[in-house]
Amino acid sequence: MSYMPKSPWLVHYDASSCNGCDIEVLACLTPLYDVERFGILNIGNPKHADIFVVTGSVNEQNKSVIKNIYDQMPNPKVVVAVGACASSGGVFRECYNVQGGVDNVIPVDVYVPGCAARPEAIIDGVVQALGVLEGKYKNMVKVAK
Amino acid sequence: MSGINVWISVVLYIIFAPIAGGLIAGIDRIISARMQGRVGPPLLQPFYDVFKLMAKESIAVNRQQKLYVFCFLFFVIVTGAIFFAGGDLLLAIFALTLASIFLIIAAYSTFSPYAYIGAEREMLQVMAYEPMVILTVVGMFMVTKSFNVLDIASYSQPLLYTLPGIFLGFLFILTIKFRKSPFDISMSHHAHQEIVRGVITEFSGPELAMVEVAHWYENVFLLGIVCLFFASNWIIAIVLAIVVYLLEIYIDNNNSRLKWQHTLGSAWIVALILGVGNIAFLALR
Repeated sequence: MSYMPKSPWLVHYDASSCNGCDIEVLACLTPLYDVERFGILNIGNPKHADIFVVTGSVNEQNKSVIKNIYDQMPNPKVVVAVGACASSGGVFRECYNVQGGVDNVIPVDVYVPGCAARPEAIIDGVVQALGVLEGKYKNMVKVAK
Repeated sequence: MSGINVWISVVLYIIFAPIAGGLIAGIDRIISARMQGRVGPPLLQPFYDVFKLMAKESIAVNRQQKLYVFCFLFFVIVTGAIFFAGGDLLLAIFALTLASIFLIIAAYSTFSPYAYIGAEREMLQVMAYEPMVILTVVGMFMVTKSFNVLDIASYSQPLLYTLPGIFLGFLFILTIKFRKSPFDISMSHHAHQEIVRGVITEFSGPELAMVEVAHWYENVFLLGIVCLFFASNWIIAIVLAIVVYLLEIYIDNNNSRLKWQHTLGSAWIVALILGVGNIAFLALR
């Protein structure tokens, strides 16, 4: 049992989202949901973060940004795609400028459905991501040995 | 204090200061959350954070960076060790300044724009609080005729009676040192990013853990100086330190961040009026 799941810090990136999911992500920090109860902080700096929360679909403009943020995060790290657009491209999937979900650029560990995703669903997704994070940490330790 | 006692108090400080500092940080986060109408994290959350950071991968921009951050932690520990061993207060203050300089150099060494701005703002903070810190030590010397922490602590009368201005001035710069609003211009202890946490932008994993632990050591040392103002009765001294810290949390949650010009200006005006005023009063008495 490591301390990984007890202090998940997340970095949130809005990849051409309509801001619906972003508002719900920020709603998790309000007194009603208060994710700091679980030690979750919206840290905003990829070098400090453990969980990468992406909202919105991927296009040519933000493809490199998503990859850059992901690469700057220290291991172990997990990615949570929040909302229909981040999971699959959503209603914008067939647009000429949209590439689809976030998993076209970086490996995604947890998909949170919904348009917009409810705060409860986002918290549930992040808590599931903690399990993945713990698994990745154990694997990292095993490889190091 | 004689030979062996000094080493015992140094070892006790090195072991128990981070535990106390971490618990203070945990209580701070819970009280802050309650003030904002939230439940807040568990009491031991700061320890979870540090243990997690130690387990993370370390991404250093260059080789020197780790050394500088380690020196920051090391000299903060040296500061507290000198203080709690009853050594020279002036030497402890200089060691603390040296530690701050190492943090600034560490930020500069990364060549990151945010770290650069953060380092510059950290330097402005050092400029803002340093005069008042020196005046505090000078005031204590003028009353007790000694720079030795043990002599100051065993002075018959509480220093608060003769140094009220200096105490208030020290409270003012304590807000800067604790990195609390309205003066948290370079490294807020809340979850922020970019300029507000510029100094630590480029530190990750174990290095960030070292910065955090150094901050705990530093807080315990600063509360130790607060205790010194009422050292003749240690129960009142500890109550005073608790009240001061609660006041700082209250100020933190009720103020927005000021510009650096205001931080520097107000800190110097306070040092001039309260600090120099009090010393002038002592000298003319």
